Amino acid sequence: MGAPLILAKGLVKRFGTFEAVRGIDVEVQPGEVFGFLGPNGAGKSSTMRMIACVSPVSGGVLRIFGLDPAVSGPAIRAKLGVVPQLDTLDTELSVRENLFVYGRYFDLSRAECRRRTTELLEFARLADRADSVVEQLSGGMKRRLSIARALINEPDLLLLDEPTTGLDPQARHVLWERLYRLKQQGVTQVLTTHYMDEAEQLCDRLVVMDEGRIVAEGSPSELIRVHSTREVLELRLGPDAGAAVDVLGGIGRRIEVLADRVLVYVDDGEAAHAEVHRRGVHAESVLVRRSSLEDVFLMLTGRSLVD
Amino acid sequence: MALSTPGPIRVMEGHVVAFRRLWRLNVMASFVQPMLYLLGLGVGVGALVDRNAGSSDVLGSLPYVAFVAPGLLVTTAMSVCSDESMWPVMGGLRWQRLYHGIAATPLGARDIVGGHAVWMATRAALAATAVSLALALFPATRSWGLAPAVLVAALVGVAFAMPIMAVSIGAELDGVFAALQRFVLVPLFLFGGAFYPLDQLPGVVQWLARVAPLWHGVVVARGLTTGGVDLLAAAGHLAYVALWAVVGGVVAVRRLSSRLCP
Repeated sequence: MGAPLILAKGLVKRFGTFEAVRGIDVEVQPGEVFGFLGPNGAGKSSTMRMIACVSPVSGGVLRIFGLDPAVSGPAIRAKLGVVPQLDTLDTELSVRENLFVYGRYFDLSRAECRRRTTELLEFARLADRADSVVEQLSGGMKRRLSIARALINEPDLLLLDEPTTGLDPQARHVLWERLYRLKQQGVTQVLTTHYMDEAEQLCDRLVVMDEGRIVAEGSPSELIRVHSTREVLELRLGPDAGAAVDVLGGIGRRIEVLADRVLVYVDDGEAAHAEVHRRGVHAESVLVRRSSLEDVFLMLTGRSLVD
Repeated sequence: MALSTPGPIRVMEGHVVAFRRLWRLNVMASFVQPMLYLLGLGVGVGALVDRNAGSSDVLGSLPYVAFVAPGLLVTTAMSVCSDESMWPVMGGLRWQRLYHGIAATPLGARDIVGGHAVWMATRAALAATAVSLALALFPATRSWGLAPAVLVAALVGVAFAMPIMAVSIGAELDGVFAALQRFVLVPLFLFGGAFYPLDQLPGVVQWLARVAPLWHGVVVARGLTTGGVDLLAAAGHLAYVALWAVVGGVVAVRRLSSRLCP
C-alpha cells in the first residue's frame, strides 16, 4: 500500500468543554471508498470538517496528502472536493453559472471552467437544465449539482457529508449510481452516513462511530461477520411480548427486544423459527433476513441507528 | 499555467455573475432616484433657500442644487453599500451559505471580505456614476469634478460596507438591520451634512455626524464639484474614511474566520 491520503492518529475535536471527537485513528488509501457510519451526534461531521480543513484540530495528528491542515489548508483544499451536508449552491444563479463560478474560486482559467462545466453537466445528468436557475431544481438535482461542483477541480479526494439525506429512494439510487461511477474512475471518496444500506452499497471499508469514538472498523461484510450472526429472525409478538421473550431464552446467540419487534440473532433462521414454534410462541409475523450493518450497530451500542 | 487571479477578485467575479441578471434595473434606480431628489429638493426647496438673504453665506455662495448635488452622490453610495452588506452578507453566511462553499476551496475569510470590499467599491462607483450622469443634465450641477467625486463616493461606500459586514456576520437575526437603518443610516442621511452645512445643527449632533465617514466624504466631494478643494484637508478626510474601511474589514475577517472555521 502507498502513502495514505488521510492519516489520523488520536484525532480530537473539542468545542469548549464538549468533546465531539475523542481520539480516533483512521487511514484512507488512494482509490478507496471509506465511510463513517453512526447516528447523529456521533462526531462524523466534526471529523469530516477537520479533514476538509475548515475546522482546526484540537488534539492528535491529522495529515491529508501527507500535509498538515494547520499549515497547508489552502493547498490541501485545492485538491479536495467537498459535498457538504447542506447545499451551499447559489440558488439565484443557473446550474451552469454555479459550476463556472466555483471553478474560478479554484483559479481555473475561464476556458477550463467552461470545458469542465460542459463535462460535469453531462456527468450530473443536468445538461438539459444547464440554464435553469438552481432554485427551480428538485432536491435530487441540487445534490447532483453539489457533487458535480465538488468535482470541478478534479479532486484527489471527494468528501461527502450525508450525501443522500432527505432524498427520495429514486433520487438516492441515481446518486449512488453516479458515485459508483466515480469509484470506477478511481476517485477516492470519504462519506458519512447514518443509512446502513448506503454504507453497504458504497463503502469498501468503514468505521462505526458512536459518541466521538470508533467502535468497529472493517468492510461491511467483515463487520457483519465479526459483530453479528449470519441471519436474523424478526418476530412481531403482539401484546404479550414480554412473557413470550422469556420462553425464547437460549435460542440463537443473542436476543434484542425493540419497541415493536424482537430480533433473534442466529446462523440458521429457519431452524430457529421452527424452535420458536415448538416452544409454543405464536408471532403475528415472522421474517428471516440477512444480518445488516444496522444489526452491527445494535450489537455494538445496544441502540438502533435511526431513532 | 496562466497567471493566477488574486482571491478577492475571484470572489468578486461570483458577485458579477449574479449581478448580470439585475444590473439594468439597479443602475436605472441609481439614476432615477437622485433625479427625483434633485427635482424635489433642488428645485422646490432650493428656490426657497436661494431666496433667503442669509443662505448665500451659509452655503458659501452656492446655489442650493449645487450644494446638495455631491451630497446625493455620496449618500447614494452609502445606501447601496449598506443594503448590500446587510441581508446578502447574512444570507451568504446563514441562509444560502455561499461563504461556506467558498471556504471549502483554497479561498478563505480574507478573500471573501476582500472580494466584498472590491465589489462594494464597484457597485458604489456604478451607482455614483449614474447619479453623476443625472447631475450632468443640469447646468447648475454639471462639473468635471463629478468624475473624481465618484471615486470618493466609492471609498465612502466601502467605509460603510466593511463595518456593516462585520455587524452582519456577528448578528444572529436580521432584526438588527431595521435598527441599523432607523437609528444609524436614516439619521446620517438627514443629519450627516449632505443637505445643509453641519454648523446648522447643535454641537453634539455635529460631532456625532463627524464621527461617521459620510460627512468627510461629502465635504471632499463638494470641494471637487464646486471648486476650491483644499488638498491637505481632503487627504485628511479621505484617510479618516479609509480608516473606517480598514478597521471594519479587519473585524469582519476575524469574525468570519471564526464563524467559518470553528
